[in-house]
Amino acid sequence: MSYIKPKFRHPGLPRNALGITVADYDGAISTLCAGCGHDSISAAIRNACFLSSIPPHRIAKLSGIGCSSKMPTYFLGKSHGFNSVHGRMPSVATGASLANRELIYIGVSGDGDTASIGMGQFIHLIRRNVNMTYIVANNGCYGLTKGQDSATADLGSVSKYGDVNPFDGIDLASLALLQGASFVARSFSGDKEQLEPLIRAAMAHNGFAFIDVVSPCVTFNNHVGSTKSYAYTREHLDAMPLDYVPMCEEIRTQYEAGTSRGVTLHDGSVIQLHKASADYQTDDRNAAMLAVQEAHDEGRILTGLLFLDPNTGDLNQNLKLASKPLNALSTDELCPGSKVLNSINQGLR
Amino acid sequence: MTVQAFDLAERLQTPVIIMSDLDLGMNDWMSPPLEWDDNYRMDRGKVLDAGALDKVEKWGRYLDVDGDGICYRTLPGTHPDKGAYFTRGSSKNEMAVYSESGDDYVQNVDRLLRKFETAKSYVPAPKTHPPIAVETPQTTLKLGALFFGTSASPAYEAVEMLAEEGFSIDTMRIRAFPFHESVDQFIHDHDLVFVIEQNRDGQMRRLIINECEIPPGKLTPVLNYSGTPITARKIAGNIREALSAKSADVVPLHPETA
Repeated sequence: MSYIKPKFRHPGLPRNALGITVADYDGAISTLCAGCGHDSISAAIRNACFLSSIPPHRIAKLSGIGCSSKMPTYFLGKSHGFNSVHGRMPSVATGASLANRELIYIGVSGDGDTASIGMGQFIHLIRRNVNMTYIVANNGCYGLTKGQDSATADLGSVSKYGDVNPFDGIDLASLALLQGASFVARSFSGDKEQLEPLIRAAMAHNGFAFIDVVSPCVTFNNHVGSTKSYAYTREHLDAMPLDYVPMCEEIRTQYEAGTSRGVTLHDGSVIQLHKASADYQTDDRNAAMLAVQEAHDEGRILTGLLFLDPNTGDLNQNLKLASKPLNALSTDELCPGSKVLNSINQGLR
Repeated sequence: MTVQAFDLAERLQTPVIIMSDLDLGMNDWMSPPLEWDDNYRMDRGKVLDAGALDKVEKWGRYLDVDGDGICYRTLPGTHPDKGAYFTRGSSKNEMAVYSESGDDYVQNVDRLLRKFETAKSYVPAPKTHPPIAVETPQTTLKLGALFFGTSASPAYEAVEMLAEEGFSIDTMRIRAFPFHESVDQFIHDHDLVFVIEQNRDGQMRRLIINECEIPPGKLTPVLNYSGTPITARKIAGNIREALSAKSADVVPLHPETA
């Protein structure tokens, strides 16, 4: 494996609306295992930011601890990054979002970081509807510590060491639906066509956007008997294809009647649901929970946009905070001064 | 104190914890009206904006250019192509780039030690009072008492009681950790120092022994951990015991208040 990332780029690389190429969204060379699903997610995030023409310096990427949480180093090298304490990324993201509501926040976590040590934080992040995209790279095992089962490992899944998992796995997408997340999706790291538009839509969404991505661990969880391997996931995948069309672009592709349906986000951009998914109602939380459960019972891995409430109010709106970022407020705007304090003191007498 | 805590947090680039105790938190206390100084200006610490980033020759998030262990930081989104960095654990160099080099690690943790030393002069200084004059001193030892939180009021009362019995005790109320430089000096200026606190293990005393490298015998613990607040009688009683002195005319009324 080479440890040098070539800087040469084809001079004819396509440029986005900002006039920059996808190379401007690159990060450092990955140190994850060759073939790791997480690298595909990194590439999808990079491509999504490029396609949506988001200035790299207006993005903040956050993570916890684990193989998944190493990922932010490998994309968006010109963005601010924060590798937080294990399972505590939601606290940092909440604080960052409140300090500057104008930045775009991308959180990357794993099944251990989210479903075990960070479960309490994750639930409250959903409840508070922090405006961010939260991606879980879900491989069902602890890759960084030699592949022990994680809390999302499915019941009956066999570990690399031959042990059969005796516990039901935690389904993070179901949990997010139940807790009231305003954007819930599931995808597969090997399905770039679906993952990229999902990430673009999640970033455009105003509120908490959750994407659970099945991302196989090639070293510890890619064998026969595993339910999170490439082979098993491909075999059981029930993908709902989609496109993302930003508000500034007109919908050029013509879809046959009845084969496609558009879901409009709060900023006017549109998610086009295709073919099998055209009948799927993304605005029905109960139906989404049922669909996920039915797929699980039938051994299918249902991927795509599971639920969307485009008109939800995020944390900043719910707290009625200033429209200007809090970290940009001047002393005069922040401090009411001694007169106000004196009147409060008088009121207490 | 909250305002000062925010300023310190920005100046030292670290969380600041304001500590209370059970007696302070669970009971009603009288306080003078809060005041606000309209001339106060926030201390945002060492933060570079876009203009400063354009001017500066070399910037690294953990580059200690001033030698005080505190480095210049940027806020996310400040500049299109300068000032972004990755915050991570200890595997980093001065430029905030991932590094597993031993030299980088040592450089980084040594810088944090420098910052810890810097913090000692920034934190709130302890409060001291002039000693109470004693007419007939009962000891030639220079006595001192250290305490913090709600132990302060009964400690001052105990010192007054003991002054009447011929024991002059200098006091110092600790207000911050890392300890202000004057805590060391206070201990060195006295022959015997009582550390008054409300826990079984004398945690503050042990912290002082470790941080200020004080021989344990110099610090006498005065402890209360019965679940009720410490009293002046208890403090005075323990100090008398340590000095092998007899009580003047105090008669214990009740075991809890003795």
